[in-house]
Amino acid sequence: MSKYIPFRTKRDRISFFFDKKSIKYTSILIIVTLLLCLASTSLGQVLISPLEVIQILLGSGEGGNAYIVEILRLPRILIALFVGIGLAVSGAILQGMIRNPLASPDIIGITSGGSVAVVTFLTIFSNENDALTVSIHWQPVAAFIGAMVIGLIVYVLSLKSGTTPIRLVLIGIGLATLMDALTNLFMILGPIYRAADANLWLTGSVYGTNWDQVKVIIPAIVGLIILALLIARRINVQELGDELASGVGSHIQRDRLLFIVVSTALAGVSVSVAGGIGFVGLMAPHIARRLVGASYGALIPISALIGGILVVGADLIGRTLFLPIEVPAGVFTATIGAPYFIYLLFKK
Amino acid sequence: MSSLQTKDLTLAYGENTIINSLDIDIPEGEVTVLVGGNGCGKSTLLRSMARLLKPQEGGVILDGEAIAKLSTKDVAQKMAILPQSPVTPEGLTVLQLVKQGRYPYQSWFKQWSKEDEEAVESALEATNMQEFKERSVDSLSGGQRQRAWIAMTLAQDTDIILLDEPTTYLDMTYQIEILDLLFELNERDGRTVVMVLHDLNLAARYAHHIVALKDQSIYAQGRPEHVVTCQFVRDVFQMNCNVTSDPIFGTPMCIPHGRGRCILQQSG
Repeated sequence: MSKYIPFRTKRDRISFFFDKKSIKYTSILIIVTLLLCLASTSLGQVLISPLEVIQILLGSGEGGNAYIVEILRLPRILIALFVGIGLAVSGAILQGMIRNPLASPDIIGITSGGSVAVVTFLTIFSNENDALTVSIHWQPVAAFIGAMVIGLIVYVLSLKSGTTPIRLVLIGIGLATLMDALTNLFMILGPIYRAADANLWLTGSVYGTNWDQVKVIIPAIVGLIILALLIARRINVQELGDELASGVGSHIQRDRLLFIVVSTALAGVSVSVAGGIGFVGLMAPHIARRLVGASYGALIPISALIGGILVVGADLIGRTLFLPIEVPAGVFTATIGAPYFIYLLFKK
Repeated sequence: MSSLQTKDLTLAYGENTIINSLDIDIPEGEVTVLVGGNGCGKSTLLRSMARLLKPQEGGVILDGEAIAKLSTKDVAQKMAILPQSPVTPEGLTVLQLVKQGRYPYQSWFKQWSKEDEEAVESALEATNMQEFKERSVDSLSGGQRQRAWIAMTLAQDTDIILLDEPTTYLDMTYQIEILDLLFELNERDGRTVVMVLHDLNLAARYAHHIVALKDQSIYAQGRPEHVVTCQFVRDVFQMNCNVTSDPIFGTPMCIPHGRGRCILQQSG
């Protein structure tokens, strides 16, 4: 029996190719994601039965529990989900472009760019009384701009009659280190309690997110994921190396710029609300590759779901394990991620 | 049929000129092998024919038009290239790899047409790779892997195939297997095959046309039986040798001088 399902309209005007295994995994992971989100909405300082959660979601709940679900938990879980999706797909694209499973938005400096922007923002816009002189709502904007600017700088610096994957990585790692140094400098120079704020952001957390953010993040991530799926074919072909890719008619440099823009934007949007949640962009695509292989048409949705599961899971653990203290989600992704990274290095 | 030529082609890496003002006509429908010493620029020449390297001057002409002016997809529909020892992405299956040869015919809406499927199937059949279709490329043996890559270039359905040392790192059995396969593709479909080979004896055996490069330009070209002589080997490879006739094929065979255990009874 064939492992693939071709889909064709009349006269081949539209035709696609689906791998049964990836359809199976996508379905399973969607169910896991939904169950995890439901569990995460139920669990916390106040336990609410999943049934009640569903009732509330369908609009028939009232009182305190409805408030907890709708205002406190749901936006946070949705943000965690989409941040995970964004980081994972960003990492997947980078890994394909750089042809190295160790690439991810945190390693090539995109996250660090966001960090510097946030500490700079907190330092510049504080007055003598350590109060912010502008609205804190600008912080995500600063983070997004920081991430995009660094993504762009990495690209431009590695440009020399076209860019090569290895140059991108080395310049990215160099810039990331520089950005981290700057971040530390600003945190030492800045007011102490701002440093605490900044620190929460740097670790990565979805604490205190709200519906306004959800309304920005979801359309942005969904739009970028659709774009990523549109370019999946081009990533596939670039993974074969520059020579073969151009041999089959791919526009290497043009496409590479496109990959950088899409993956930086995905990481930038994610980082802007949730800060530096680390290692998701590294782990999720790698696990996905294990499940469905190297084809990006399948790798993008599977990475996305795994990324979402990782961040929602990390946030759930962070919220519940050490009650009443909350631990930022970034702590847990790093706790699994760092050993995973070392494992990958050894396996190479 | 597509024709391939270079005209006044000059190639350089920085200040370093590799090929100087070269004119070559690749014979259509034949097997052409580029030979020459290390660093003579044969791979560079092949890379520039595949538009992977911008010429300093002159250009590569495909069907009468400079490839620099053609769209990259148009070129890809006429000419395929297999670089030397390409890297395989982890977990990629043979089918997924071969499918990518269809890239120049596809668009976002048209990713797996009937023609794509037929071309991929016939490429797998020609290379005898059907049974490995679902296997991941990195789990295959060297020879099978090289056949998978060749299948990908076949799926591209081009008149011209360029290969950079397709037999490197393969043991003898696979070297012959791969060269036989390429020879057969040339015979059966009349595809023009251009490749770089290190082994002069194999080159002489499979090539209709041999092009020897030396000092940034062509030293000699033609039928191997006319071109490959002691003087030729001495000039191109700086090596003394005897040239005899291959006992099976009758093509020129070069036996290098040098040192070694001599168990021949020297007469006289």
